Amino acid sequence: MRIDCPNCGTRDRREFYYQGAAVALERPAPDAGAEVWDAYLHLRENPAGRTRDLWQHDGGCGVWLVVTRDTATHEIFEVTRASDVAEGAR
Amino acid sequence: MRFSGLRVLREGLTGNKGWAPHWRDAEPKAQYDAIIIGGGGHGLSTAYYLAREHGLTNVAVLEKGYLGGGNVGRNTTIVRANYFLEGNSQFYSHSLKLWEGLEEELNYNVMHSQRGLINLFHSDGQRDAFARRGNAMINQGDDAVLLDREGVRRYLPYLDFDNVRFPVYGGLLHPRGGTARHDAVAWGYARGADRLGVDLIQRCEVTGIDIENGAVRGVQTTRGAIRAKKVAIVTAGRSGQVAAMAGMRLPIESHVLQAFVTEGLKPCIDHVVSFGMGHFYISQSDKGGLVFGGDLDFYASYAQRGNLPMAEHVMEAGMTLMPMIGKAKVLRSWGGIMDMTPDGSPIIDRTETEGLFVDCGWCYGGFKAVPGSGFALAHLMATGRPHASAERFRLDRFRTGRGLMDEEGTGAQHNLH
Repeated sequence: MRIDCPNCGTRDRREFYYQGAAVALERPAPDAGAEVWDAYLHLRENPAGRTRDLWQHDGGCGVWLVVTRDTATHEIFEVTRASDVAEGAR
Repeated sequence: MRFSGLRVLREGLTGNKGWAPHWRDAEPKAQYDAIIIGGGGHGLSTAYYLAREHGLTNVAVLEKGYLGGGNVGRNTTIVRANYFLEGNSQFYSHSLKLWEGLEEELNYNVMHSQRGLINLFHSDGQRDAFARRGNAMINQGDDAVLLDREGVRRYLPYLDFDNVRFPVYGGLLHPRGGTARHDAVAWGYARGADRLGVDLIQRCEVTGIDIENGAVRGVQTTRGAIRAKKVAIVTAGRSGQVAAMAGMRLPIESHVLQAFVTEGLKPCIDHVVSFGMGHFYISQSDKGGLVFGGDLDFYASYAQRGNLPMAEHVMEAGMTLMPMIGKAKVLRSWGGIMDMTPDGSPIIDRTETEGLFVDCGWCYGGFKAVPGSGFALAHLMATGRPHASAERFRLDRFRTGRGLMDEEGTGAQHNLH
């Protein structure tokens, strides 16, 4: 599996750290309640197919990335800087 | 049909014409007392114990493929009870006791071989941790022997004891640990359940779960609707998809774990050897193949095959520990899909829907749990109360934070196990 870093170009999967579902970008308010925090921290869609998750180019430029890929085929569709995604959400 | 040595002899002399199928290929009925979704090891053992322990025989096991076609046939077959934490400790201890009586109980040769499992350590700190774990295992009523370097050398003379990075300081021997023939476990439970009247229905995929007024009423399948007031989701590896049919999200991420097997060799590795520092473990199958594996690939996946970085890492770890295997040829590698929970421990519980149960989150420990999981889930489904061995495997422990079982001590968070 190779990931196309917007800064560095296509690099081997070994250079990247995997964080998990991109739900991590949607941190709830501190007082949102146990159910909301449980959903954020633990509960997952966990799709067999298209998913969005967070990777960091740990062994390269250090940028955080939102990677859209297929969990069944390992095909990668889209790689975006997490900062751009977070800006867009605001 | 009962198996015995005499029977094998007689069949051998008469052309093996007397063997019959081990179970019926049942057609689905319109209604059952209980439905088990998933005909893997856990589903089949649940059905068996529902019938055997609780007299509940109007039960169906629904399997979308063929019995034992999932993770029960894709693991590295290790059976052990060397857990440390309250909750896991009593569960795996109970499961190992069931393993020890399984062949007589099922009249089926599951080739359970208690050849001993050795966890190696490579520093003073690790020795302390393993001494503590060994004491916990003994307190649980299981067995553990702390071996020093020379003790390990007596069992495993072929290790690279003076490796510069990971010199062998000793090991924790769990004499009752070992392996079993994974397919035979599924087949043995299938045959046992079938003989007690359970319907094993293959090529029957569940496509929906019917819920009315907060209570389960049955399931929709590719072979029609089937009604039941008790339904259990026992589909580790695909738990999320099936739970979604009931409108649930689970605290599970699916990850791929790779395993490897070499060509058949003469007997050379007599135990199960685990090299935690390299995330490597190995045993030798009765056919002679070296069966070994490593850690997760560490990204969510349903692909049932991994990527090369982990394959390379596992080979490197194997060569670090036991250079003698360097000329063995790897025949095959494959991946299994693990239900990973945030704390690395499983879930056997009821859900918010009345009559709907989940048995999932087995991480990389599902095979040895097959008897214990089925026993505990059957108890929960039949009596409405959790079995004492599994009462800590609660679904709500992540929300409340009470009773988390983080065996590795890395933090109860996705991506850390």
